[in-house]
Amino acid sequence: MADVAGHIVKSYEQELARLRSLITEMGGMVESQVAMASEAVLGRDETVAARVVEADPKVDALEQEVQQFVIRLLALRQPMAQDLRFIVASLKITSDLERIGDYAANVAKRSLVLHQFSLPFTLTGLANMARLVQEHLKEVIDAVGNNDAEAAVEVWRSDEGVDQIYNALFRELITYMMEDPRSITPCTHLLFIAKNLERIGDHATNVAETLYYAVKGETLAGVRPKGDTSAYAVVRPASE
Amino acid sequence: MSSARARALHRRRRVVNLLGLGAATLATLFGLVWLVWILGTTLWNGAGAFDAKLFTEMTPPPGEAGGLLNAIVGSAIIIALGIAFGTPVGVMAGTHLAEYAHGTALAEVIRFVNDILLSAPSIVIGLFVYALVVQPTGHFSGWAGGVALALVMLPVVVRTSDETMRLVPATLREAALALGAPKWRMIVRVVWPAARTGIVTGILLGIARISGETAPLLFTALNNQYWTVNPANPMANIPVVIFQFALSPYDQWHSLAWAGALLMTLVVLVLSVGARAALRRRG
Amino acid sequence: MADQVAAEQRSETPASTPDASAAAQIAIRNLEFLYGGNRALKGITLDIPARQVTAMIGPSGCGKSTLLRVLNRMYDLYPGQRAIGEVMIDGQDILAPDVDLNDLRSRVGMVFQKPTPFPMSIYDNIAFGVKLHERLSKAALDERVEWSLTRAALWDEVRDRLGASATGLSGGQQQRLCIARTIAVRPEVILLDEPTSALDPISTLRIEELIDELKRDFTIVIVTHNMQQAARCADRVAFFYLGELVEVGPAAQMFTAPRERRTQEYITGRFG
Repeated sequence: MADVAGHIVKSYEQELARLRSLITEMGGMVESQVAMASEAVLGRDETVAARVVEADPKVDALEQEVQQFVIRLLALRQPMAQDLRFIVASLKITSDLERIGDYAANVAKRSLVLHQFSLPFTLTGLANMARLVQEHLKEVIDAVGNNDAEAAVEVWRSDEGVDQIYNALFRELITYMMEDPRSITPCTHLLFIAKNLERIGDHATNVAETLYYAVKGETLAGVRPKGDTSAYAVVRPASE
Repeated sequence: MSSARARALHRRRRVVNLLGLGAATLATLFGLVWLVWILGTTLWNGAGAFDAKLFTEMTPPPGEAGGLLNAIVGSAIIIALGIAFGTPVGVMAGTHLAEYAHGTALAEVIRFVNDILLSAPSIVIGLFVYALVVQPTGHFSGWAGGVALALVMLPVVVRTSDETMRLVPATLREAALALGAPKWRMIVRVVWPAARTGIVTGILLGIARISGETAPLLFTALNNQYWTVNPANPMANIPVVIFQFALSPYDQWHSLAWAGALLMTLVVLVLSVGARAALRRRG
Repeated sequence: MADQVAAEQRSETPASTPDASAAAQIAIRNLEFLYGGNRALKGITLDIPARQVTAMIGPSGCGKSTLLRVLNRMYDLYPGQRAIGEVMIDGQDILAPDVDLNDLRSRVGMVFQKPTPFPMSIYDNIAFGVKLHERLSKAALDERVEWSLTRAALWDEVRDRLGASATGLSGGQQQRLCIARTIAVRPEVILLDEPTSALDPISTLRIEELIDELKRDFTIVIVTHNMQQAARCADRVAFFYLGELVEVGPAAQMFTAPRERRTQEYITGRFG
């Protein structure tokens, strides 16, 4: 895909490049938001948490900018084929990124609550999950930057791993809560944090799907591997 | 610095322009002087005898008063014959060139020959018709005059109708054919109407051209002192009457010749202006 | 009472109005076209469905106009042009030597790039084509003229001056007159060769609306340089390049996700 000829109208080519760099810029901001939010939870760092929340308006502003730029391009350039697909995709991708930013902010806020409790267990599972989600996010944003459909497919496939960790974490946290009712508050927050991370993974997958369509002109075949089975999970007290 | 150079350059251009303009104006004036002179002389000398009698009385014997009635009628008949022969043949030939022979070598040859005919001295055409018609029939006649004038008119009509028809856009023809029209119908209903003013202009120019011809008529219609409307006889006509009367020693004949010249000038003028007006209306 | 109403309705739809089932489908097989020694079309195989708008796009000289001029044998006018292959319109091979061209052209109408009103009245412009193929009474001819002008969305603008010269109409009106003139002959197929390239944007939209209206009854093939126009009014789009048919498909697919790289480069403006 990268080997297609450039546009006859150079300013159009430049505008498309600018659109792509706006998206990757926004992706970079969201990426660091997620990284800082994870850091806030795992490292119990309150100043980092504050920075995540502060970054949110900047991400929103960038989303607005992309939106207006897209409308301008649609009106003035009347794009066709892959240009049209990419321009429309950038709308969807930025709205996914914006959601990811929101989830990161939510995680950061919950970390502040979490700090008031001492936890009798380690957060290894959550740390794994956070690392995996950050990897996927970085890969998919790089894929957008390189217009790389194959990399997008990789991200799309690997989301199942995140879901599996989330399911394990879900059971684990419920078990803690059953063992010691005093841990219900921190564990509930941890559950939401885990859920938020899982949702971030889903949005990264959405971006991958959107990118794939933008590049290839067809939707990813089949149903996305969906590993989140927590909706059906039942954990019963051991005594019964 | 550079602006000073530019000013010098502009000044030189203005001078050259003035010189060129002056020379062109002088050349135009030179040409116009003769034209005005000719027209003025004709008007001055012709106005004297240009009265009602000119259109009501026959050409007189030497020394008597009279008019040009027989010559005017004769001219009209001979010109009408020329138009009757020349126009249909000319338009058809032009149509053939533009519509059927378009782009062929034959068309180029015909156009070339037609252009030669267009610039052929009319006396040659007179001699040709003399040999073709007058000799076999044994006497001069209005018919022969008509044929001679038709031959003078023909190349003008061929040329103009060919050219105006070629100016009709090809898409107009295609549009007619695309509706399923046969070619002849496309030509008659679409091309001719589209080229109509051009063709009419060509015919008017042709008539203007033959109205003043003397040479072809000298050898064909000759002249006739008496009234006749039968083209089988020799016929009086204005150009030949002018020729004879102008060469004569009689004053009445001289002034009649001038009046005839004025009449013809006016007719040609009206036809030319009419042709031009028709041409302009098309644009 | 009811009979009377029915009779009146019948009289409003006279026999001279065409039935809606006339549209034809076209099947082109292995079509080659030669301009002298030049191959302008190379092995074209294309189906053009009935009652749809098929747009042919591609850069200048790609053969799209040539193909259009094969469909009504317009190329026959010019010596040295030759078509080889098979073009079936409703099952009849129109390239066969015994095809009556006047009859073919009454079935396959054509509208040109520039409006081509004939130098006659508006009424006669329409009647000209009709009279070539049918003998109608004055009343029936009047009906046909009104019918075709109405279909071409021009009737209301010219009903009071049918006797006026057609060359006095505006460019957009002239083009609609040309379309009216074409449908008055009741063809099965209408070929449009860049019909709006000489018109202003509003007249262009009027023609496009008209095309949309006409496709219910006619098979329409349009050649256009305007990609947006093809996107707006075509059901199917065929992309030609250097005399070859590169890709053909539904308009929505061609403009959002073309399969061929050359199509993609052309419609996104990347031809280099």
